[in-house]
Amino acid sequence: MASGEAYISGIGMSEVGVRLPRRPLLLTLDAIREAIDDAGLTPDQIDGVATYPGKMSIFLGFSPVSSDEVIEALGLQTRWHLGAAEMTAQLGAIEAAAMAVRSGRARHVICFRTVYEAGALANPEEYPPMQRKEVSGASQWVAPFYAFSAANWVAQYAQRHMHRYGMTREQLSQIALNAHRNAAKNPRAIVKEPLTSEKYFAARMISSPFCLYDCDRFTDCSTVIIVSAGDALDEVKATPVRIAASAGSVERYSWDQADWPGSHATGKALWEHCDYGPADMDIAQFYDGFAFHPITWLEGLGICGEGEGHLFIEGGTRIALDGELPLNTGGGQLGAGRLHGFGFAHESVVQLRGEGGERQVAGDPKVAVATSGGGPMAAALLLTRD
Amino acid sequence: MSFGVPRPRPRLDADNRAFWTGGGEGKLMICRCGDCGLYLHPPQPVCRKCWSENVAPVAVSGRAVIDSFTINYQPWMPGLEVPFVIARVALEEDPTITLTTNIVGCEVDEVATGDAVTVTFEEDDGIFFPLFERAG
Repeated sequence: MASGEAYISGIGMSEVGVRLPRRPLLLTLDAIREAIDDAGLTPDQIDGVATYPGKMSIFLGFSPVSSDEVIEALGLQTRWHLGAAEMTAQLGAIEAAAMAVRSGRARHVICFRTVYEAGALANPEEYPPMQRKEVSGASQWVAPFYAFSAANWVAQYAQRHMHRYGMTREQLSQIALNAHRNAAKNPRAIVKEPLTSEKYFAARMISSPFCLYDCDRFTDCSTVIIVSAGDALDEVKATPVRIAASAGSVERYSWDQADWPGSHATGKALWEHCDYGPADMDIAQFYDGFAFHPITWLEGLGICGEGEGHLFIEGGTRIALDGELPLNTGGGQLGAGRLHGFGFAHESVVQLRGEGGERQVAGDPKVAVATSGGGPMAAALLLTRD
Repeated sequence: MSFGVPRPRPRLDADNRAFWTGGGEGKLMICRCGDCGLYLHPPQPVCRKCWSENVAPVAVSGRAVIDSFTINYQPWMPGLEVPFVIARVALEEDPTITLTTNIVGCEVDEVATGDAVTVTFEEDDGIFFPLFERAG
């Protein structure tokens, strides 16, 4: 394995659920323990920690655990760490860790994303909700019009796609239908009940064109990805997955000034950094906080042309587990839970190692793209099993 | 048109004050570069194109076109009355400047992309929220 390269050497996940009683730091510990065991490492070999977006005191459920806390609580001896929101989106933390190991600043980096949005609602005294009486910064341009949720902001991107290119709700529904189908084969997915087209169209609307099933739901979970240096892989027992390229962007730091979500700029940039192209992808793990996001990634990464994403997913066969580009094979956030970005890297590794069980994609997949972000900021990882 | 709960209030500062209070004189105030003429939104103290600091709020016509919209059905807080329309409107003076707003004065299912709209202000204790109505 080449030095100067970065690999995912271990993956871990805590229990995934809604209103879990276990504290977020301990969920993080569960995921770290699983990832270290998976990699065949010991805690004393960990010398870096990275997370997105760092602890957010104004919205604790969204990000309740800091990298400093993890280092302190677990007694890690690190030489490099990071916890930041001002980066290219969730998977940017993994990209940063890859840079750290490529440059020799660290050998084995724990990257984590812990979410506790459901648990926080159940315990508002310890996890106070974001206050909405007085707003500043970016939220002042949306919240005064009761546009509180990303559902409202992303719905307008989707509505515009419908207006310009003729996307229908029938076509959009394929994202949620596919997610539920795949989640049913993923033992860790929070969604267990099957979704039919009838049920989809009978669901209540959240923010048109999104109905209930087009929106991910608050989840409690920690997901961990261990990033290791190429010249440290002799210490690792798991099949390594190479971070072959990464990209990220922020168009305008504003949800209502950008013309498209950041997936377009990031998707284009990803292929400029490597010898691969869209046709080389075996599987796609695309951010689906809302059902419209994967459509923007299909277009942004050049898998189809701009304004053609809804045609690519029509009928759902191309994106099914046995289709030409299996999408969100573990159920994505719509089916597996709102793991907030890191789930797409986790599922990519599961599939590239051939460990997907009932949901494993046939044909020995070797190349995956994992993405995160659906607003002005976006990030993408190209992951390969060499 | 009632939404059932007060609007969240922007915290006023040197950059945003003209935008949120200009409605007191019936004016929609948008930040503009005095050197290259670029409109800037959100307002900021420097032009993002030519880096001139000669920027100031100017009154625009208040005429705009609906760039996109969504009908919100979800009561995000107790008491919020739904459904209502959230829209992005593109300003006549520079359609790349889009404001998030509510479309008021019509039924939610009357709203369409491309509709011409004009500004109308809703005041709450010194803050003038720019909302939009379908023109004509």
